[in-house]
Amino acid sequence: MIQTINFLKPNRDNIKNYSIIGTFLVLVSLIDVISNAFLKINLTSFLPGSLTTLFPLIIGLIGLNMMRIDYSGNKKLDLLNKNINTNNFNALLTLLILFSIIKALPQSLSWMIFDATISGDSKDACTGTGACWTYIKVWFRRFMYGMYPNEFHWRINTAFILVIALGFVGYFMKDNLKKYLALYYVIIYPVIAYLVIYYLISGGSFGLQWVETGAWGGLSLTFIVSFFCLIFCFPLGMIFALGRRSNLPAIKYISICYIEFWRGVPLITVLFMSSVMFPMFLPEDFFMDKLVRVIIAITLFEAAYCAEVIRGGLQSLPRGQYDAAKSLGMGYWKMHIFVILPQALKLVIPGIANTFLALVKDTPLIFVVGLAELAGMLALAKTNPKWLGFAMEGYIFASIIFWIICYAMSKYSYNLEAKYKTER
Amino acid sequence: MNNIIKKYIPQILAILFVVLIFGFLTMNAQTNMDNRGIDFGFGFLSQESSFDVQFSLIEYSGSDSYARAFLVGLLNTLLVSIISIIFCTILGVIIGVARLSSNYLIKNSAAWYVEFFRNIPLLLQIFFWYYAALRALPMPEKANAWFGATYMTVKGYYIPSMVWENLNVFLYCALAAIISIIVLRNYANKLRDTQGKQIPVLLYSVALLIVLPLLSFLFGGVSLGFEIPELKKLSKISYIYEGGISLPPELIALVLALSLYTSTFVAECVRAGIEGVSKGQKEAAASVGLTPNQVLKLVIMPQALRIIIPPTTNQYLNLTKNSSLAAAIAYPDLVLVFAGTALMQTGKAIEIVSITMLTYLTISLTIAAIMNWYNKKIEIKEK
Repeated sequence: MIQTINFLKPNRDNIKNYSIIGTFLVLVSLIDVISNAFLKINLTSFLPGSLTTLFPLIIGLIGLNMMRIDYSGNKKLDLLNKNINTNNFNALLTLLILFSIIKALPQSLSWMIFDATISGDSKDACTGTGACWTYIKVWFRRFMYGMYPNEFHWRINTAFILVIALGFVGYFMKDNLKKYLALYYVIIYPVIAYLVIYYLISGGSFGLQWVETGAWGGLSLTFIVSFFCLIFCFPLGMIFALGRRSNLPAIKYISICYIEFWRGVPLITVLFMSSVMFPMFLPEDFFMDKLVRVIIAITLFEAAYCAEVIRGGLQSLPRGQYDAAKSLGMGYWKMHIFVILPQALKLVIPGIANTFLALVKDTPLIFVVGLAELAGMLALAKTNPKWLGFAMEGYIFASIIFWIICYAMSKYSYNLEAKYKTER
Repeated sequence: MNNIIKKYIPQILAILFVVLIFGFLTMNAQTNMDNRGIDFGFGFLSQESSFDVQFSLIEYSGSDSYARAFLVGLLNTLLVSIISIIFCTILGVIIGVARLSSNYLIKNSAAWYVEFFRNIPLLLQIFFWYYAALRALPMPEKANAWFGATYMTVKGYYIPSMVWENLNVFLYCALAAIISIIVLRNYANKLRDTQGKQIPVLLYSVALLIVLPLLSFLFGGVSLGFEIPELKKLSKISYIYEGGISLPPELIALVLALSLYTSTFVAECVRAGIEGVSKGQKEAAASVGLTPNQVLKLVIMPQALRIIIPPTTNQYLNLTKNSSLAAAIAYPDLVLVFAGTALMQTGKAIEIVSITMLTYLTISLTIAAIMNWYNKKIEIKEK
């Protein structure tokens, strides 16, 4: 219907005049909307009723209709037509999107930037109508490090830098050591990282003051939890992936039960389990830190997802690889360690990255068992009597931080996927 | 001999390992419970719960049993899941199709929509809607009517409720319409297969769906009235709406966050499905003389749906599991009512957490089983 309206159609002879008039009409409609949104001036107030609001849309549509031609020879016009102006329906959508962006811009910009406050260090500084970034500024350290004592924040920073640096060792390893790379990442690295984090962040020895895990929090806790869960869930997931593909029925069904069980329950119930049910299952007088319990729970949970990803990689290997390895006289373990796993794991790197992404997005959930990472700190700051009423700023800040982390990771995993796709 | 050892030793070890772990845990639990004087059992389910739930679909009060509290929580979970599934499907299909649009602006807006909502943790999104966005709504006395009779306020969304007379007659008519549509479809399929004739099934179905219930209004004595929410003054400054249905802000925040978040995944499934149908199929269908609508209906959609449905069901399952985040904003879902309040009162950690987990597990496994059956059914049968 709307596609077949056929008036004021240009042809190749008059396209020049038509496109000039069309551009003019579209510009008029845009100027009308812009002046309405930014300057609060209604240029078309002389028009009756609802026609005022519809005016830019109608004018814009007519303008775009006049510019639409199959092939004009003018590169810019053709590009425009091809991309945003293929038919009336598309033109309508284009205009609607443009208008809504223009309408939303001044409000959000003035709230976030122009009317916002960032100076001062108490709530009184925020008198404007805009956002109160002072709140974020004052609470920034809490959001990043939780209740960890201010003077010891360097310990967290150092620990993170050390752990990251150790993670990059693989890139600089000499060639003759490269064969131990897997061993390093699967066994040595987790142990070293654990020791670094334990001695630096927890303290208690080497003259460092003991800081209990209850004080840990903020974004750094998110990193700690996701890091440990990732390095532990990967080997565990590998075991269960191999188990699920095993020929031995007992092992196979144990693995299937494990994987399907954890994949069938929501993480929040797993966390509940770790906080209320788990202590019941431990020996008497055996105390386990809440953070450790949470990390164990998330690791068990994510291992099931990891196992499914790795199983996908194992399944995608051609049968010939197994047959070739067997014909060389390799046993089960030799075959998997030297032939199957190196190929399969390379294939599943993007999948693992996605699992890790999901893991990072799930960590705010530890808030329900009382560990105050970023979301938990926000809830805490929100209810602070001195800083009531800034929930919006807090959640926008946290969303931006998480968005940047997750977006970077998803882009990275996408790149990895593209890289490994071409290699095969 | 060697073979037997290789085959059985690992299995026996694995089973032994599992049994040992379970035995160890059970033993510890036994001693712990003995020490604390807790006994294991599900008898508490029939006891009086003596706590109130703010929002429930069925009649419930503090004098009802824990089992009924469980049911209330389960129904609330299902309610929020089903509403969110409907919205996320609609949104997801629109966004997924928009990502394939030829229009540069639409394509990119859809892509940014996906990137935006997918990369923010769901819990933060729920918090954002609940604590920030919905708190900015007007108080009941200042709310403007939306669509004439619905009120969006900081205390929830108030909509008119329907007052039926002779509802059963109407339901029978609707049922009759659905049955006749199924019969009609089967007949149309048979006609197409045997004689190659096409009937406009969709048109007839819509007509049936409208006409039969309408007849019940005219002849069946069915009537439908609306109870419109009205502003009531409770005290000097406190107002509330009475009558109609009120949807609590927790429910709205959850539905918003869940459907916006999951719609991005559904959109990706839809896009992958439509892209997965090879171009040759379209061209082949066009070249045997099918109209564009027929190409879409008979060639593209059946193949695209085969790719779209399995991952989308997975997303629905994720959504249902994610709905347990409701506990974080105190929406009385299964986790909050049962694993939260009931657990706090009875202290039966093991029983309650396992019932909760088993419930979710049952939902997941049932849907997974149905999905496997469906996948087998729609699989391309190669000869």
